[in-house]
Amino acid sequence: MNQPKIIRVSGPLIVASGCRGARMFDVVYVSQERLIGEIIELKGDLAFIQVYEDTTGIGPDEPVYLSNEPLSVELGPGLISMIYDGIQRPLELIRKEKGDFVQRGMELPALDRQKIWHFNPRVKINQELVSGDILGEVVETGLIKHKILVPGQVSGRVIQIQEGDFKIDDVVAKIENAGKIMEIRMSQRWPVREPRPVKERLLPDEPLITGQRVIDTLFPIAKGGAACIPGPFGSGKTVFLHTVAKWADADVIVYAACGERGNEVADLLLSLPELKDLRTGRPLMEKTVVIANASNMPVAAREASIYTAITIAEYFRDMGYSVALMADSTSRWAEALREISGRLEEMPGEEGYPAYLTTRLAEFYERAGKTVCSGSDGRVGTLTVMGAVSPPGGDVSDPVVQNTLRVIKAFWGLDDKLASSRHFPAINWLNSYSLYHENIQEFLTGKISEDYPKLKTEAMRLLEEESKLLEIARLVGVETLSLSDRLILEAARMIREDFLHQNAFHEIDAYTSLKKQCRMLKLILGFYHQAGEMLEKGKALKEIFDLPIREKISRVKYIPENKPEEFDLLEKLIRGGAGE
Amino acid sequence: MYKEYLTVSSISGPLVVVEKTSGVKFAELVEIELGDGTIRRGRVLDISSERALVQIFEGTSGLDVAKTKIRFLGKTQSLGVCPDLIGRIFDGTGRPRDGGPPVIAHEYLDINGNPINPSARDYPTEFIQTGISAIDGMNPLVRGQKLPIFSASGLPHARIAAQIARQGKVLGKEEKFAVVFGAMGITFEEANFFINDFKNTGAIERAALFINLANEPAIERISTPRLALTAAEYFAFRLDMHVLVILIDMTLYCESLRQISAARKEIPGRRGYPGYLYTDLATIYERAGKIKNKPGSITLLPILTMPEDDKTHPIPDLTGYITEGQIILSRQIHRQGVYPPIDVLSSLSRLKDKGIGRDKTREEHSDLMNQLFACYARGKEAKELAVILGEAALSDEDKIYLKFSENFENEFVRQGETQVRNVAETLDLGWRLLSRIPRRELKRIREEYLDKYYQNAT
Ligand SMILES: Nc1ncnc2c1ncn2[C@@H]1O[C@H](COP(=O)(O)OP(=O)(O)OP(=O)(O)O)[C@@H](O)[C@H]1O
Ligand SMILES: [Mg+2]
Repeated sequence: MNQPKIIRVSGPLIVASGCRGARMFDVVYVSQERLIGEIIELKGDLAFIQVYEDTTGIGPDEPVYLSNEPLSVELGPGLISMIYDGIQRPLELIRKEKGDFVQRGMELPALDRQKIWHFNPRVKINQELVSGDILGEVVETGLIKHKILVPGQVSGRVIQIQEGDFKIDDVVAKIENAGKIMEIRMSQRWPVREPRPVKERLLPDEPLITGQRVIDTLFPIAKGGAACIPGPFGSGKTVFLHTVAKWADADVIVYAACGERGNEVADLLLSLPELKDLRTGRPLMEKTVVIANASNMPVAAREASIYTAITIAEYFRDMGYSVALMADSTSRWAEALREISGRLEEMPGEEGYPAYLTTRLAEFYERAGKTVCSGSDGRVGTLTVMGAVSPPGGDVSDPVVQNTLRVIKAFWGLDDKLASSRHFPAINWLNSYSLYHENIQEFLTGKISEDYPKLKTEAMRLLEEESKLLEIARLVGVETLSLSDRLILEAARMIREDFLHQNAFHEIDAYTSLKKQCRMLKLILGFYHQAGEMLEKGKALKEIFDLPIREKISRVKYIPENKPEEFDLLEKLIRGGAGE
Repeated sequence: MYKEYLTVSSISGPLVVVEKTSGVKFAELVEIELGDGTIRRGRVLDISSERALVQIFEGTSGLDVAKTKIRFLGKTQSLGVCPDLIGRIFDGTGRPRDGGPPVIAHEYLDINGNPINPSARDYPTEFIQTGISAIDGMNPLVRGQKLPIFSASGLPHARIAAQIARQGKVLGKEEKFAVVFGAMGITFEEANFFINDFKNTGAIERAALFINLANEPAIERISTPRLALTAAEYFAFRLDMHVLVILIDMTLYCESLRQISAARKEIPGRRGYPGYLYTDLATIYERAGKIKNKPGSITLLPILTMPEDDKTHPIPDLTGYITEGQIILSRQIHRQGVYPPIDVLSSLSRLKDKGIGRDKTREEHSDLMNQLFACYARGKEAKELAVILGEAALSDEDKIYLKFSENFENEFVRQGETQVRNVAETLDLGWRLLSRIPRRELKRIREEYLDKYYQNAT
């Protein structure tokens, strides 16, 4: 056997000869420095390798070592609260060992091997188990009970298991099948490019409550759904995803900062430990995993980062949790794909992106879903995926946006104009959509309010009419519109400014419960209806607009969640004729 | 001794192909000796078993296939650093151009640096008072931020950058600081403007300048910002200084990058710029920042000229996607005779939120800023309407906002080139402008602040 060796280096792409027998997507180690790479094309005995680290100083004739294992992540207790790079290297640990700047050639274990976890069995000796069954639990953080699952391909009878303190490499149970004994440890590996299996896919039917009014009320996403948020620079993609990571009612958050700013990661790491989970009051960091491959970190690792993230997310879904994954930004991932494709001299498709961009995107978003997890207890988990897209010039005809649209069901289009007039979140209500309204209708009418769906529809209708009326007003002036049309304009303005506009940095405004959202909308529409009646009775428009209740409505967003009685007062006022 | 190759097989644009190489490494530094003995430098861009592709920093004019000698130096391009870099002027490749003695380096640093570990970053929160209301009041700059100026030909970006360099300070602190200036392809006159400004204010004693002029080799410009940032990293993270880096003009830098990409016959991205322009720019811009437990910082102020005043052109577009906001200059406001002609609405500082407020600037800063934005945006809308329908067709409310937006540009944005408005003055000015708008319209400001600061003028 001859040792594979480098014959060409071109940036992050390396070509090696003597690689007969190597498999696609296997990990290799490049040169004595053992830089990590992955085989992305094979031709004869040549392997084309994308290297996850800077290749400066590497040259022809240096050795390449095959690992015969696909790029995988390590899964087990200790994942939560970690911050990893694109190929699951622990950045905090790297910093401790190597200093403030990321150097290359580092192989550090993703999970702490020394840490001791208390393992609580959930099954008994002699019980028959299949792959995916819950063997036991570890209290990983104040928020997460880490379920230890029977790994893939393993099934049989439990012959040994006990409660106790273990490290992740210790054997916690033994399973026997046809005379063969398998040792089970608390950690396992899984290839990132392969979706983890599920038993059955279900229709998402529960909303992911984000606390963001424009989302929850107008363009909701279901748990297990997929959404994308495209927009030009500075329109609020990152702030939005951060806000959702902080407030969404998911059990586990996996945040992938893919090719974006280092400071945004710092911001997230600064705020998550301080913010409290709404249900339990525990720090949010106790349910979050961060994957950070900043824009100046190696581009191939950026390509891998979203797979690393989604595999970790699937793993928690398999425990029966609701998991939300944010990817900021999928465009940077696509660009990494394009860069590598260019170096492979592949035939470019649209805008230079490779022709397989479409399938890669679809494969990624299809990993979202509400599923019956593998195992025999029928537990259900959800994985919700939200991806930012950063199209050149904010132009949504960009291939990444267009290909994403085919696979997602909620589209939150950000608008430069709204952002520059500081209307945040700058989600354009005219071109955004959600196909989850019907899925979650039952949940809303059952748990929140019977008339919530009706309120939503009416709000949407007013906004649409506003845009038509404004068009006319632009040509002939507002004064020429009928009084009832001018009332519509005013009502739509209230919906925009007093409801949709939401400041992510305001201590109260940042999050609004569904109940409060519903009541806010009801107040605004209630005012609109009362005003219509007053108008009919001959009251002047200006007098109606100057009623003190209007200013009160504009401040309801600042009513704390624990003071619903302040709403009662206003509602009474509206019912009694809007304080006329 | 280095092995010497006389095997140049082709020269095209800034690139040279050398045959029958062995032991050559990716990205290694190359020395090129011309027939007449002059020496140039270059870098390996692509290396295979038999040949190396080399990019020549100073360009290939005068090179020939027969007599050119190539030596591979076994190291990457580096900058010799020491505290004496401060006060000196270098060319675009790091050689002194001020007639002074060579710098005696304490150590050599790779000019590409290494990425800051995201978990080592300290989130920037210290407000820098620039004394310019349109920045301090509306789009505040903080220490460790990368905030570009999007300009266009004929607009006074140089004067604004110099004003920021002159006036910028963190309130209540006296600390070690330095200015690093990297110029790529600017004219002699523009370079001179900066040098004179630095000289007049004494800033030159605390500055290191790397200057590649318009008539100097374009390929050199690939190294210039990296040299500047390597010096800045040394000052900030070794010598604990607060460093302001000005890079001008990033558009010309990108053009050099495009030239190399074209010479390599790479598949071009938008407008012929290489598909990796985003990543390449990120390796420059992301070098700004602060590091936990280190006192120093790098604040980066890149300046670029938008071709055709178009902010969706790939250079401003990709820059905006990397930096933490942008200050956009407007030709329209410039024509109105307003200095600085900052387009407040499309400008943005993303790090402002943790840099302002109580104990930093003033408690109501954030609310006031949001309100000023909202009112100004509404006034601009009214102005557009007025252009179509005539001012008479506006509602009374719209007229108030229209007037507000005019006052805002004339009184708030406009100021003198040497005028320092401290942040309190800026905020007071904002309140004065708001006083002509009815209180109930000011929905973005908390009641308590309205009670405290709002005075109705009507
Ligand atoms: N919900 C919000 N509330 C208040 N301010 C917001 C909100 N969303 C965005 N902003 C403001 O807009 C700025 C830009 O937002 P953000 O960084 O999220 O943009 P982006 O779309 O991610 O841009 P890029 O593509 O360049 O990363 C923020 O720094 C903040 O000032
Ligand atoms: Mg962003």
